[in-house]
Amino acid sequence: MTDLASAYDLAVIGGGPAGLAAASLAARAGLSTVLFDETPGVGGQIYRGITSTPVTNRAVLGEDYWAGAALAAEATASGALIATGATVWSLDPSLQVGVSIAGRARLIHARRIIVATGSLERPFPIPGWTLPGVMTAGAAQTALKAQGLVPSGRTVMAGSGPLLWLLAAQLLRAGAKVEAILDTAPRLNWLRALAHLPDFALSPYWSKGLALLREVKAKVPVIRASSVEAHGDGQLREVVADGRRQPADLLLLHQGVVPNINLAMAAGVEHRWNERQLCFEPMLDQDFGSSVPGIAVAGDGAGIAGGTAAAERGRLAAIAAVRALKPDAAAPDPQAIRQALQREEMGRAFLDWLYRPPVALRQPVGETLACRCEEVTAGQVRHMARIGCEGPNQMKAFLRCGMGPCQGRLCGLTVTELIAAERETSPAEVGYWRLRPPVKPITLGELASLPIAEAERKAVER
Amino acid sequence: MFRRLDEKGATLLLKVDGQEIRARDGDTVAAALLAAGIKHIRTTPVSGKPRAPYCLMGVCFDCLVTIDGVGSRQACLVPVREGMSVETQQGKREAGR
Repeated sequence: MTDLASAYDLAVIGGGPAGLAAASLAARAGLSTVLFDETPGVGGQIYRGITSTPVTNRAVLGEDYWAGAALAAEATASGALIATGATVWSLDPSLQVGVSIAGRARLIHARRIIVATGSLERPFPIPGWTLPGVMTAGAAQTALKAQGLVPSGRTVMAGSGPLLWLLAAQLLRAGAKVEAILDTAPRLNWLRALAHLPDFALSPYWSKGLALLREVKAKVPVIRASSVEAHGDGQLREVVADGRRQPADLLLLHQGVVPNINLAMAAGVEHRWNERQLCFEPMLDQDFGSSVPGIAVAGDGAGIAGGTAAAERGRLAAIAAVRALKPDAAAPDPQAIRQALQREEMGRAFLDWLYRPPVALRQPVGETLACRCEEVTAGQVRHMARIGCEGPNQMKAFLRCGMGPCQGRLCGLTVTELIAAERETSPAEVGYWRLRPPVKPITLGELASLPIAEAERKAVER
Repeated sequence: MFRRLDEKGATLLLKVDGQEIRARDGDTVAAALLAAGIKHIRTTPVSGKPRAPYCLMGVCFDCLVTIDGVGSRQACLVPVREGMSVETQQGKREAGR
């Protein structure tokens, strides 16, 4: 990609609904805009494969998925440069972005940054979760959307949350068979959720959600489960839930999504613990501006609210960028967007409480792996916390957890929660990893080939 | 574990540890491996246990493979190309790659 300039008014990182909406609004208002996404196409995870999916029967993925096509088309037509296969590995408070495209690294500057890195699935640390044959529900959904793949063997789904039910419906419509859904949302969650039911009933998710549950429950046995284990020797053979054994070739796990905060945190954006959503989220103003001047965080990376809300958040962040850089340019009225966003966010509290994952599935014990990369067990983490390790960063030095290739993405929340549990304090007190760039791996060759200014060279020459 | 909804278009050929598999334009390497029925694609550097793609969205790093001689690429983020050579990674990453 040779047409990448060295500086832009706005760089948007992530091509999901927030990033697409932000980039198109900003480019239309006249800001020179670039959007980076590390996957082969735009859409993010919610609209994954939106411009290329081989799934042509629109009913399979549903109309909410196809709504993403308009966002993608709008962004393409907006004049923003859209760079896919572009991995952003650093962002710093001077608004310099490190990005690799086709094996070549560059540093570019932007006057404003919108981080739209979305969400990832909450860790689901159960015995056997590293066995081949165990995947996330999101992975199966990506395989369906982007490549038209459906599970072919005996498939069991386990967990909680809207995505689990949506995926079950999509797999069934695509002709796959699901042997069972192990519903791990504690029944008592209803007590906390009930107070938020009136708001949820007014949100667009109410009737959609009910229809989805009916569709799935008509075809698949749903079994309440408080524990889930994957058994097998080198390959998943069976799923054991509360002692009940179920032969399986594929187990799909899901217990909600959490903000993907690695890039924003490495850029120095201040974060806080959200006790309702059980995750860290950036501290933001009403335009989604962060504690680092010039950096905004939009979409689910700003706190989980769903795909439609993500687009509205992206628009609000983009309007703030336009107002700051080009005050005379025409931009939409933010008030109308704020109202739409409020409608979208209504009902989130109900979903959060209803599908809140139980302690036992967030805070594993014994031999269950907490860190998949370095193969560190929950028992080891708990022991270290008990004998005095106070936080995740010290835990790295003791156990290497969080130091493997995933850079703590798949164990971070587990480690924080385990330390908090053992030390009888809160995750807010324990905190999270100290994250630093590069937040994605790049080769030494790429780093070494970055252009260096004469002044920078002189600064290190003796 | 997975089948294609539609086998049409699966005409690209790539090599996985020397064996030819068919892939469709638009597949990522990880999707092509799953569709070809390859059950595990690496063993870990710590315990040597087998792993397969887990998240398919670039965050878990369990789908690391060597692609055209470059080690530890995320198979779920790399689109397939005709004639691509994929090698699985067994145990510790080899020096020199």
